[in-house]
Amino acid sequence: MSLFTPLSWGDTGFIFQGILNTIYISVVAIVIGSILGLIIGFFRAESGKFGNMLIGGVLDILRSVPLIIQLVLFTTFMGVAGFPLDPFVAGSIVLSLYTMAFMSEVFRAGFESVHDSMVTAARSLGMTYWQTVRYIRTPIGLRAVLPSWIGVALSVIKDSALVSVIGYMELLRTSEQLISRTQQPLEILIGVGIFYFIISYPLSLYGKRLERKMAL
Amino acid sequence: MIQIRGVHKSFGDLEVLKGIDLDVKKGEVVSVIGGSGSGKSTLLYCINAIEKIHQGKIIVDDIDVHAKETNQDILRQKLGMVFQQWNSFPHLTVLENAALAPQIVLKQSKEEAMEVARKELIHVGLGDKFDMYPNQMSGGQQQRLAIARALAMKPEYMLFDEVTSALDPELVGEVLDTLRLLRDDGMTMITVTHEIAFAREVSDKVAFFHKGVIEELGTPEEVIGNPQKERTQQFLSKVLH
Repeated sequence: MSLFTPLSWGDTGFIFQGILNTIYISVVAIVIGSILGLIIGFFRAESGKFGNMLIGGVLDILRSVPLIIQLVLFTTFMGVAGFPLDPFVAGSIVLSLYTMAFMSEVFRAGFESVHDSMVTAARSLGMTYWQTVRYIRTPIGLRAVLPSWIGVALSVIKDSALVSVIGYMELLRTSEQLISRTQQPLEILIGVGIFYFIISYPLSLYGKRLERKMAL
Repeated sequence: MIQIRGVHKSFGDLEVLKGIDLDVKKGEVVSVIGGSGSGKSTLLYCINAIEKIHQGKIIVDDIDVHAKETNQDILRQKLGMVFQQWNSFPHLTVLENAALAPQIVLKQSKEEAMEVARKELIHVGLGDKFDMYPNQMSGGQQQRLAIARALAMKPEYMLFDEVTSALDPELVGEVLDTLRLLRDDGMTMITVTHEIAFAREVSDKVAFFHKGVIEELGTPEEVIGNPQKERTQQFLSKVLH
């Protein structure tokens, strides 16, 4: 009897779980990263040079250090510090902060795209500062940057594969385990590639269409 | 009534208003004319508390506009303002543009706000454009939308800051017609304008601004028809050719 067993229909559930985990951690990172990014982006659009330099420095580190190193570093650090984290929790934290670093720039650009005169017009109607933020600046700014937001979200879905290095059973790690059992890397990796393509391509098409529509 | 008393205003070292005194009574239409950089737009911004003043007082119906205890957000509900740029809210339909402020500022119900908005839009001639988005309309239509949006707040005064300056010439007429309509309704208005013929036609009072002071103030017949000051004569001869 062979040491290896070929891919079979029985593996579907296992693969499916990997797909779900990939989607799960991506959605968590995109949601948390977007919320934090929105807050920081707004703060950066509103604050002066000094505040910007301070936050900008932290964001630069998050954006410049490769995600895979951040993942390993954070997990190792927490382990050494005596707070070992579940791979999902550690992965979610790092991926969310990484997403936040990019989203904050997207949203900052959005807030800055709303012209001051638009805000003055809203204030002249009696709206308070926060009413203009909520009803004018945020909706107009968000619409303007929706295509860029989709771009960042897409790259987060793809980058989520890196969370496999700290042991989270997302699609890539799932398939690596299958490969070591079946020795059928080609079939499995092609399948994984197709999955990412099926998710990413329509989204990127949609983003491009939106961009064209907004340019009009 | 709007009372402006000894108002000074500077941007850095540049003093743009150097002691302005002006009264605008209920129902009056006051036009402010003058060259660019003469401070006329700045005065409107100060009345609406968008800009601070450095000396003097502006009183709107017994409220000291720039006093510390004045809630300027509430004050602005009395003062509708329309700008050179119409600044339509691009993410809202025409009807929603006009209904937004009544809903969130005056806390009217959605139906109530929509009803008011519809009425004002019909009044300015946009009754067939409710569901359009601003970018589907001409500059003149968007400027009329800006007027309806301000009117939906039921202001007691309207401030117009060169509302036709950014428009193509063929669209100026429809906006001026809307202002005439408001005058006929008895709206109290201050209009900063380059349309001298229009100012002469609609105003009760005309103020000629020059370098931060009111050089000449009087009826349109006095200031535009028979100016006494040399500067006014020079300005008018330039703009009227």
